[in-house]
Amino acid sequence: MRVMVLVKATSNSEAGELPSAELLEAMGKYNEELANAGIMLTGDGLKPSSQGKRIAFDGPDRRVIDGPFAETRELVAGYWVWEVKDMAEAVEWAKRCPNPMPGPSEIEIRPFYEMADFAETLTPEAAAPHERVREKLNKP
Amino acid sequence: MAADPTRETIETVFRIERARLVGALARITRNIDAAEDLAQDALLSALADWPEKGIPEKPGAWLMAAAKKRALDGFRRSKMLARKHAEIGRDVEEAQDDAVDELNAALDDDLGDEVLGLIFAACHPVLSAEARTALTLRLIGGLSTGEIARAFLSSPATIAQRIVRAKKTLGDAQLAFEVPRGKERQARLASVLEVIYLIFNEGYAATAGEDLIRPALCGEARRLGRILTAALPEEAEAFGLLALMELHASRLDTRSAPDGSFIPITEQNRARWDRLLIERGLAALQRAEALGGADGPYALQAALAACHARARTAEDTDWRQIAALYDRLQTARPSAVVDLNRAIAHSMAFGPEAGLRLLDSVSADALPNYAPLPAARADCLFRAGRLAEAKGEFIRAAGLTQNARERAFLLKRATACETS
Repeated sequence: MRVMVLVKATSNSEAGELPSAELLEAMGKYNEELANAGIMLTGDGLKPSSQGKRIAFDGPDRRVIDGPFAETRELVAGYWVWEVKDMAEAVEWAKRCPNPMPGPSEIEIRPFYEMADFAETLTPEAAAPHERVREKLNKP
Repeated sequence: MAADPTRETIETVFRIERARLVGALARITRNIDAAEDLAQDALLSALADWPEKGIPEKPGAWLMAAAKKRALDGFRRSKMLARKHAEIGRDVEEAQDDAVDELNAALDDDLGDEVLGLIFAACHPVLSAEARTALTLRLIGGLSTGEIARAFLSSPATIAQRIVRAKKTLGDAQLAFEVPRGKERQARLASVLEVIYLIFNEGYAATAGEDLIRPALCGEARRLGRILTAALPEEAEAFGLLALMELHASRLDTRSAPDGSFIPITEQNRARWDRLLIERGLAALQRAEALGGADGPYALQAALAACHARARTAEDTDWRQIAALYDRLQTARPSAVVDLNRAIAHSMAFGPEAGLRLLDSVSADALPNYAPLPAARADCLFRAGRLAEAKGEFIRAAGLTQNARERAFLLKRATACETS
């Protein structure tokens, strides 16, 4: 299964503090372990929300909101995409991560939707219109 | 009854560490069964110890230390037994002391490539391809014999026997379970790549609705490919194979319609191709080429897959480049199937007559009763406007295929030769 592993923001990451040399080294080693185990597909760090934007939708309205955003604990500071056998394995690997922040922090693991998740809801009859739309979209 | 979370955690840790443990222990015992037993003992120690004392900070290292201690204890015990039971000369005792020293050295020696050593052992060329595949999935993939049997549409008894025999063969060969170097590595690496590609193709051949363990083989093969490239960052063909697998896997979900029928690449919904895997595939291919491996058979096949991945629409496909790549592949890994695909690519790049000329030189003896051959000829004839001949070839192809949907498709094309 494919999971996104989200490193949640803290006041440190939101202040734009860069990780210490020590943490960078520990993270480097950890990333190497993930690569050696063959589970990491990609990953990266994100700049603080002060450099981000939000687009709020309400019917036809689109409103742009500038960062920073208040709810620090709900923000994301970085992510990986892993391919693991199951959630237990993802949890085990996440536990091995060095604490990504100077203070208390959280990592959240979220599985991707997969084709099999739609198999039951999408009968061939229901899928047919989707396929027709796709065909049209793909015409150059 | 709710599962004990600690037990689940311990078992997950063990699952993650198992291959590394067995690889390290096999290096000491030179015997896979003994190594697996020692690893299992370490798991039992953890199950007895961790629920009380908590999970150690480095659970993998803890398991390794426990297993190695077990190995040493066992060795000392057998040495004492030997002392008691035999009239031992000084030589034997010295030899045994040496052996203990050697073992101690081996215990401290953390080379960090235990999994890689195990992969090379499981894929050793003394074993048949089937045995290598089963052993690799068992030892590195951690699949049970039942799962391997289901994945290869075989019986558990057959697979179990295959694994037992393979272990015995490796034991008799007194393998060192180390990563081979130099010239030997090249020969052994080819065998490893072959096994990984075999596992991938078995998963790729699985169709929708089949036992999920079969398509999961693609994921396991890609994981093996990633382990290999992480451990051997200078091996071009390892990257070539990884690129090939990531690129093919990017289209796994789009190659069949909801009713299970096959969708050719030119008609697939490209918006649903897995961009992350395409990026990874293209990066791995670039690495293979940068390492000087552009003409490796896997890298060339990956480059072919990359041509399709890069084309935003089927019409954008660079058939001239595909034709050129097939020319190179024909040199790198000649086969009748490559000849056939090369002819098709040339027909797409340079017109049906060019295709027909090359098809004439494809050895029909090497591809007897092979439906794609008359089907390719039929398609070229059709595009060249030679409809009567095309119809005959479509009907011939339809008579050869085992696949009902494909037969219907070919017969439909035969009928179209009359009306157009």
